[in-house]
Amino acid sequence: MQAFDYIEVKVPAKPQYVGVARLAISGLASRLGFTYDEIEDLKIAASEAVTNAVQHAYNDEKVGEVILGCALYEDRLEIVVTDHGRSFDFEETKKKIGPYQDWNEESPLREGGLGLYLMEALMDEVKIDHGEGVIVFMTKYLGRERGEGHVKPTVFS
Amino acid sequence: MCANIEMMMRINWKNRETDRGGEMNLQVEQVDKDLVHKFKIIGEIDIYTAPKLKEHLAKLEQAEGMEVELDLSEVNYMDSTGLGVFVGFYKEIKAHNAKLVIKGLNQRLYRLFEITGLNEIMEIEQIEGGEDDASV
Repeated sequence: MQAFDYIEVKVPAKPQYVGVARLAISGLASRLGFTYDEIEDLKIAASEAVTNAVQHAYNDEKVGEVILGCALYEDRLEIVVTDHGRSFDFEETKKKIGPYQDWNEESPLREGGLGLYLMEALMDEVKIDHGEGVIVFMTKYLGRERGEGHVKPTVFS
Repeated sequence: MCANIEMMMRINWKNRETDRGGEMNLQVEQVDKDLVHKFKIIGEIDIYTAPKLKEHLAKLEQAEGMEVELDLSEVNYMDSTGLGVFVGFYKEIKAHNAKLVIKGLNQRLYRLFEITGLNEIMEIEQIEGGEDDASV
């Protein structure tokens, strides 16, 4: 297993803390040496995931917590966002998550709409699990051209 | 006739409950001239500030043939919540046979419209000049 530093940020699932999570990502991405544009991508993608969790939490009676887990590797940043607020084992959680179904189809995450679409476009890899609560797992590699590989159709095409 | 009646509104959107250091998240300036309504949006648009932006735009009384210009040149962060507000507003505008122009987009903001394909639906303008060089 590759070595990594792990940092966890826990915030109440409230809109005013999404910006705080964003700032944390910005700082960590900058530590890893991502470019300005890549850092902006990471900020948006992480915000989308946290926003999703906040919106999700708002449907419930009690306001929960969102955990943003970040694993800093030599060549990439992995981010896990969960909305159930309980601590989790990063490695175990990663193993559980599979690729998400095409969200253009009717899926429970369709409500995420544009947000999910942006995450997918801005990160190298995005996986989503909705068992107990929603878990978003995403990866961005250092020094990789965006959109390398396949070109995705836009939301409206 | 074409009297320059300018109305300037300055609204500071600070959160009353949690704002401690006077930090400003989002600000909107509005200049109305005849049938053209210009909004300058300053700050960050995310889940926290988007409802306030939406509320502000909703206050505008829509009239047939009206033109609305949104200047985003001083928006330093935006995500899908912002796009959602603009899409909603665009639908309203269309329903009133009015016109919406979103201008002042830097490369990064423009990309968000591009990725989502919204640039092909809405009228949007990038900042002119050497933006490309500046961001390298």
